[in-house]
Amino acid sequence: MIYFNNVSKIYPNKSTSLADINLSISPGEFVSIVGHSGAGKTTLIKLILAEERPTAGTIFFESIDIHKLNSRDITKLRKRIGVVFQDFRLLPNKNAYENIAFAMEAAGKSDEEIASDVPHVLELVDLTSKMYHFPHQLSGGERQRLAIARAIINQPELIIADEPTGNLDPINTYEVVQILKKINDLGTTIILTTHNRGVVESIGKRVVTLDGGKVVRDDKDGKYSI
Amino acid sequence: MFWTSTKRVIRAGFINFRRNGTISTAAVLITTVTLSVIAGLILLQAVLHFSLAQIKDKVDVTIYFTTTAKEEQIMTLKSSLEKLPEVATVSYISAEQALTDFRERHQDDYLTIQALDEVGSNPLGAELDIKAKDPSQYESISNFLEGDTDVAQSANTVIEKVNYHQNKVVIDRLNAITAGAEKLGFGITLVLVIVSILIMFNTIRLTIFIAREEIGVMRLVGADNRYIRGPFLMEGVIYGTISSVLAMALYYPLTLYLGKHMTDFFGMNVFEYYLSNFFQIFLIILVSGIILGSISSFIAVKKYLKK
Repeated sequence: MIYFNNVSKIYPNKSTSLADINLSISPGEFVSIVGHSGAGKTTLIKLILAEERPTAGTIFFESIDIHKLNSRDITKLRKRIGVVFQDFRLLPNKNAYENIAFAMEAAGKSDEEIASDVPHVLELVDLTSKMYHFPHQLSGGERQRLAIARAIINQPELIIADEPTGNLDPINTYEVVQILKKINDLGTTIILTTHNRGVVESIGKRVVTLDGGKVVRDDKDGKYSI
Repeated sequence: MFWTSTKRVIRAGFINFRRNGTISTAAVLITTVTLSVIAGLILLQAVLHFSLAQIKDKVDVTIYFTTTAKEEQIMTLKSSLEKLPEVATVSYISAEQALTDFRERHQDDYLTIQALDEVGSNPLGAELDIKAKDPSQYESISNFLEGDTDVAQSANTVIEKVNYHQNKVVIDRLNAITAGAEKLGFGITLVLVIVSILIMFNTIRLTIFIAREEIGVMRLVGADNRYIRGPFLMEGVIYGTISSVLAMALYYPLTLYLGKHMTDFFGMNVFEYYLSNFFQIFLIILVSGIILGSISSFIAVKKYLKK
């Protein structure tokens, strides 16, 4: 589904973030990408989202070369990917319901679909009672669950979670991981970056380890080893 | 689909406007100031134009005829003067009318009236009062009278004097002043308008700067540029609309006061002008407000939509 072919990324200040990465991710996989801060995890994700361009190499989303797309097609590509961030990135002026509705509106869904799907997904992440709360009225865990609900509402083929548990306590972390596993069980591909050993081991699936911009390990069995 | 998204954009614009209470208020206030400046300049231009027109209207050139001049000679000259493109009006004052006017003007001046009675016959000749379309054109009218056309030649024998040369200095000075005042007025208008537009533009830019992260999130969620930009444009339009209403409301008490106390100074009643041109002024500042608000938003958002 995602293919990195000899991808390198060197930032203008000459710091090498990724060096000659080759990686392929199949549909339905749950891939955890682990590594120290600065290992290149976030750059890898920015490349998939076309937020950054690789210095060398190509990245394919199925048969699409991501970095040959114009800005219109990038928008289309992003509609196929749901994203969850460490800092949640919710719209502060919209309440929980509206945050999710916005993603559906952006995808061109009808008012009827929005009215029926949003309560449903809020129930899935257990936020029904906080439907009309604004992000600043929610706890960290609730915000992250809201962000996940937003990421999955348009049934994307791929979900990218960039350190989604970085700001959460162990209980909330556990809940978020459980939700992600549930989504993966329903068939959605998930790419998760983290440096939390507990998270990786509780998932127990493929782990790609980055160090200094290179893939140093690629294990099928979910071992965290740095 | 188009209508659905238009409806959503408009609704989002209103919701954002309401939820960003403080920022919206600040933007509306600044926009109100800008639009008030524009409305004030419209009123100022009106006063200036009116005063200048009044002053210009007071300038004329009078031809004094000798007492022996025949009315038909004067009428011939009058009709040929009226054919000149520079001439606005020519009015004829007969010798008798001139005498009546003179007596009226000097009715308290016993000596003069007595002297006049002593003379017995009418010592005054007929007059032609010429008003030019523009004060700068008196010179060419005067040139016509001194020229060698048949009409001018024959009229010259009965013309006692033309007061153009006496008035020339005043007329020239006035021309310089009115031209200067118009240029200065235009210059000040331009500067003030530019300054206030810049301030308004910066305020709106600031409101969008506050929302820059939101714009980034919207992009990541997959919203296209049009859909992100729409609500901000809508907010700009709301700023413009509310502000133009506020600015108009502001001028009601202001012009009422000016109309009551400054009508003699301006030479016109500003309040009446405000009332009779209410919809025109309102339309001008409403359209300026909406255009300025939406263009400012458009430019400001554009910066965060690039990539």
